[in-house]
Amino acid sequence: MNLTLKIWRQKNADAKGAMETYQVENISPDSSFLEMLDILNDQLINEGKEPVAFDHDCREGICGMCSLQINGEPHGPGRGITTCQLHMRKFSDGDTIFIEPFRAKAFPVIKDLVVDRTSFDRIQHAGGYISVNTSGNTQDANGIPVEKHKADKAFDAATCIGCGACVAACKNASAMLFTSAKVSQFALLPQGRIEATERVLNMVKQMDLEGFGNCTNTGACEIECPKGISLENIARMNREYLKASLK
Amino acid sequence: MATLDSRIPEGPLADKWTNHKNNIRLVNPANKRKIDVIIVGTGLAGGSAAATLAELGYNVKAFCYQDSPRRAHSIAAQGGINAAKNYQGDGDSIYRLFYDTIKGGDYRSREANVYRLAEVSGNIIDQCVAQGVPFARDYGGLLDNRSFGGVLVSRTFYAKGQTGQQLLLGAYSAMNRQIAKGKITMYNRHEMLDVVLVDGKARGIIARNLITGEIERHSAHAVVIATGGYGNVFFLSTNAMGSNATAAWKIHKRGAYFANPCYTQIHPTCIPVHGDQQSKLTLMSESLRNDGRIWVPKKIEDAQAVREGKLKPTDIAEEDRDYYLERRYPSFGNLVPRDVASRAAKERCDAGYGVVNNSTNEGVFLDFSSAIERYGKEQAHIKGVHNPSKEKIVELGEEVIASKYGNLFDMYRQITDDNPYKTPMKIYPAVHYTMGGIWVDYNLMTTVPGLYSIGEANFSDHGANRLGASALMQGLADGYFVLPYTIGDYLADDIRTGPIPTDTPEFEQAEKNVTDSIDKLINNNGKHSVDYFHKQLGHIMWNKVGMARNAQGLNEAIHEIAELREQFWKEVRVPGTAGEFNQELEKAGRVADFLELGELFARDALERNESCGGHYREEYQTEEGEARRDDEHYTYVAAWEYTGKPSEAVLHKEDLKFENVELKTRSYK
Amino acid sequence: MSGIIKSSIARKVAMALSAFFLLVFLLQHFLINFTSVFSADTFNELSHFMGTDPFIQFLMQPILIIGVVFHFVMGFILEARNNSARNVKYVKYSGGANASWMSRNMIYSGIVILAFLGLHFYDFWFPEIAHKYVHALHEDPGRYYGEMVVKFHNPVRVGLYCLAFVFLALHLMHGFSSAFQSVGFNNKYTPAVKKLGKAYAILIPLGFIFIALFHYFNSL
Repeated sequence: MNLTLKIWRQKNADAKGAMETYQVENISPDSSFLEMLDILNDQLINEGKEPVAFDHDCREGICGMCSLQINGEPHGPGRGITTCQLHMRKFSDGDTIFIEPFRAKAFPVIKDLVVDRTSFDRIQHAGGYISVNTSGNTQDANGIPVEKHKADKAFDAATCIGCGACVAACKNASAMLFTSAKVSQFALLPQGRIEATERVLNMVKQMDLEGFGNCTNTGACEIECPKGISLENIARMNREYLKASLK
Repeated sequence: MATLDSRIPEGPLADKWTNHKNNIRLVNPANKRKIDVIIVGTGLAGGSAAATLAELGYNVKAFCYQDSPRRAHSIAAQGGINAAKNYQGDGDSIYRLFYDTIKGGDYRSREANVYRLAEVSGNIIDQCVAQGVPFARDYGGLLDNRSFGGVLVSRTFYAKGQTGQQLLLGAYSAMNRQIAKGKITMYNRHEMLDVVLVDGKARGIIARNLITGEIERHSAHAVVIATGGYGNVFFLSTNAMGSNATAAWKIHKRGAYFANPCYTQIHPTCIPVHGDQQSKLTLMSESLRNDGRIWVPKKIEDAQAVREGKLKPTDIAEEDRDYYLERRYPSFGNLVPRDVASRAAKERCDAGYGVVNNSTNEGVFLDFSSAIERYGKEQAHIKGVHNPSKEKIVELGEEVIASKYGNLFDMYRQITDDNPYKTPMKIYPAVHYTMGGIWVDYNLMTTVPGLYSIGEANFSDHGANRLGASALMQGLADGYFVLPYTIGDYLADDIRTGPIPTDTPEFEQAEKNVTDSIDKLINNNGKHSVDYFHKQLGHIMWNKVGMARNAQGLNEAIHEIAELREQFWKEVRVPGTAGEFNQELEKAGRVADFLELGELFARDALERNESCGGHYREEYQTEEGEARRDDEHYTYVAAWEYTGKPSEAVLHKEDLKFENVELKTRSYK
Repeated sequence: MSGIIKSSIARKVAMALSAFFLLVFLLQHFLINFTSVFSADTFNELSHFMGTDPFIQFLMQPILIIGVVFHFVMGFILEARNNSARNVKYVKYSGGANASWMSRNMIYSGIVILAFLGLHFYDFWFPEIAHKYVHALHEDPGRYYGEMVVKFHNPVRVGLYCLAFVFLALHLMHGFSSAFQSVGFNNKYTPAVKKLGKAYAILIPLGFIFIALFHYFNSL
C-alpha cells in the first residue's frame, strides 16, 4: 500500500506546530499502524531528518501508552482497540491519513504526537485508592464475599487503561469516563465504600482543577474507549457525587 | 575464586523466613523518616515495594521511563497469580506450591527462596483484595480459581485475561496514596543510566529526564532495581517496546553479578512472525491450551500446500494430522510445560512441517474444533436439545468457547484477520520471560552493598523455567512482603548518615560517564538507524542462542555479537540532540547495552553443558530428544562478574543444595 | 458547599433539574394549546385560569422564568468552559463517527430556541403582561382564543414557529435522556427512558406544529 500521511509536527511544548505531509510506500496490510510509523521514521532517519515522536510501549493494547487521533478519531477507525492494535488493512491504497496528538488543555503537547497525561495521574492521587497498608495480616481474602454481579461490574470499570481516548473523543475534552471508572470500581466493592464520600468529592475536584470540560452525555467516550468502559459509570459517579455532597 | 554468600538462614525450611524476620535488624519509625530509598521501575515489584516502603516511613523516589507508573509491562500479564490458599480444598499447600515451583524450574533455584515465595503467596491475595483488586468470583461471592500448566491443583487467582493489569493497578493505587502524602516522589519519563557508588555502597543514580534531556543526580541510602527482564535482546519478543536491560546492565558493570542469563522462557503460544516490518510479538494466553489441540500436517506436501495457500487446514482429514504433543507426551498432552511445548513446535517446523508462510515456515495449528464439538454436545444435552444438527452443536460450542476465551479470539482476529472459531489459530513460540537476572542473596541484595534487585530483574525464584502465573506472585512477594523487611537490616546502619550529597566526585564522575556516552551516540553520525542493529542482534540471538543451542553456534554468536557491537559504535546514527525529547537516543542506549548482554548470554549458555528448563543444548539430549540435565556438574547458579568484555566475565558458582526435595528427571510423558 | 455549586457535576445536575422542570412545563403548555384545536371554550377557560390564578401568576411563572433563564445562562457557561478545555482544535475531527449531531450541537439548537422564545414573548407574553399589569385592562375570560388564532394567520410566523419546533425536537432528542443520565439515573429502565425521550421529543414538537398549521389553514 502507498499512503499520504498528514502528521502534526511540533518541536517542543513551547514551539508552534503545523501539519506536515509525508509519503510511505509498500506498506503491508498486515502491519500495525505503529509499524507503519516505524517505517516512516526509518525512512526519515535515512534521509537525515528528524523522526516523528509518538508514545507507545506494550503494543498489545493494554498499557495505554499509545494515543493518536487518526482521521479525527482517537485510536483510529476501529472499535474496541488501541492504536497499536489498529492494522493497515483498515485503510486502502492511496488513502490520506491525518495523524494528530490527543487534544485537550489538560494534555499539553510535549513533542509531535506525544502529550503529557500526568493530569490523569493527579486525579488518581486525589483518591484513586483504598487506604490499606501492606501488613500481611489484612482480613482473609474470602472474609468479605462480594456479589458476583457487582464484582464483575467493578472489574469492567477497572479495565480502564488510562489512555485518554475518552478525553480526545469528547467534544468538551471531558475526563468523566476516566474518573468515573475508578470511582465506580471502588464504589461497587465493599472495601471501597468506607472512603466513598471523600473519594468522589476529591477526585471530581481535581478533575475540574485540571481543566477538563464538562460531560454533555454525547456518548463519544464510550464508543471510542478501547476497553468499552460504560457510560453507566458516569451516571454512577453523578449519583455518588450527589450523595456525597448532600452528606 | 570468591564464593557467593547467599545468606540463607539456618534452621528447617519452613521456619527459615520467620526466624530470619525475627532476627534481622529494624529501623525505628522516627529514623525511617531520615532515610531515602530509590526504586527504579514501577511494575509489580517496584510499585509494590515503593508503596510499602513509603507506608513504613522511608522517603521513596520512584523512577519509570513511561509517562505513568501504571504502564509498566507487568500490566500485560494475562493468566493469573498463584497462591497456596487451598480455597478449592484440592489438597494444595505451601509445600506443594514450593515443590511444583522447584520442579517446574528444573531444580535450578534456591529452596529457601522458593519456600518463602510460597509462604507469602496467600498474603498477596489478601492484600490485593483489601486494595480493591476485582478478582473473579463465583456466585457465592467467594474467589474463583483456575488451573495452569504443570500442576495438579487449582490455585490460580485471576481477573479474566487481565490479571496483571488489575494487580498492577492495585500497586499503582497504593503508590498514589503515598504520592498524595508526599512519601513517594514520582519521576515519570526518567531513565536511570548509571548507579553511583560511594565507598563501595550504592548511594544514588544518574537519570535522564526524557522530556528535557537533562541529566540528573539523585541520591539515596539504598537503590532498588526493579526494571524487569531482558527479553528484548531478541528484538522480537512479547515484551513492551521500551522494556530494557539498561539499569540491570549498568549495575552489572559496577559490580553486581549477573546470574544465569541463558535461562530464558520461550512461550509456546504466540502469534507467528508475519514479516520484516514486524515490531513485536503477541502472546496468546497459556489457558488456551486447556481446550486447543496443537497439530501440524502429517504429510510434508500438505504442509507445503498449506503454506502456499492451496490447502485449507479444515480440509485436512483427521488421520492426516499429527497432534505431536499428544503423540509424544500422552499423559500431559497439550498441557506440557512451556519449554517442552516450545521445543516440540520447533522440532516439527525444522523438519519442514511448519504451516506459516514466513521466511522460516515457523508456525503450527492450535485447533479448537474438537473442543467446540465437545462443548456443543454438552450444551445440547444440558439444554435438552434432542438430536441436534451439526450446525446447532457448533453454534452452542462456539458460545462456550467465546465465553471462556472471547477477548483472546478477538485479539487474534484483529491481528491476523482470520476467524479462529472457523479455522485453527496459527501459533509459534516467542521470547517471553527471563528467569536469569541480577544475582541477589536471600535479602534480595546484589553483590554491591545497598543495591537491591527485585522482580523479574533478579534471578532468584524460577530456576531454569518459570511456571505459569508465578511471575506475578514473585513480583508482588518481593515488593510487598520481602524487601520491606530485609532492606531494614542494611539501612539500620544508616540512621546517622544524614542526606547523601550529590556534589561529590563520585556523582560528578558518574554523570560525566553518562554524558560522554550520550555525546558519543549523538555525534556519531553513522549510516544505520538503531533498529537496524537491534534487528541483527535479534537474528543472531534467535538463530544461535534461541530455543536450541549448540557449542558451535554459541561460539559464533559470541563472535558475531562482538563484531556487531563494534559496527554499532562506528555506524549508528542517532538524529536530534541530547537536550530534548529524543526517542532514538533512548533506544540507542538500550541497544548498546543489549549488544553487551547478548554476548554474556551466549557465554553463559556455552558454559552450561547440560539441558535444563529454558536452556536446551542440542548436544545434551536423550535419544528421544528430551532435555538431559547434568546434576552432578551443574547444580549451581552461574553468577558472572564483569571485567571489561562481556564474554570474558569471571564465573562465580553458587552451589544449590537440595535438602528437602529429591532431584528427579522431569517427565511429562 | 462551594464545591457543590462550582463543580462540573453539580452544574450538570442543575442543568438537568431545570430541564426536568421545563419538560413538565412544555407538556402542560402543549396540552392546554391542544384544546384550542377542538374547543375554543376549553382553551379560553384554561387560559383564563392560567392567566389569573395567583398561584400560577406569582409563584409558578417566576419560577418558570428563573428556570428558563438559568437553563440558558448555565448552558452558555458550560459551553464556554467546554470550549476552553480544548484550546488547540483538531485539524480533522470526526465528531459524527461517535456521537449524534443532536448531542454535539445542543448549544445551537438551544440558541434557535432562545431566538424563538424572543419571538414568542413578543407575540404573547409581552402583550399579556401589558394587558394585565401595565394597562390593567378589564379581564375578558373569552379573549384568549381569538388573540391566539389571529397570530397564526401570518404564514411567515407559522413558518418560523414550525422551524423552531424542529430545533426543539432536536434539542429534546438528546436532552431528555441526557438529563436522566446527568442526575445519575442509568439502570435497567434506561432503554425505556430513552424510548420515552424519543417519543416525547418527536410527539410534542410535532403536536405544536400541528396546532400552528391547523390554525393557519383554518384561517384561509
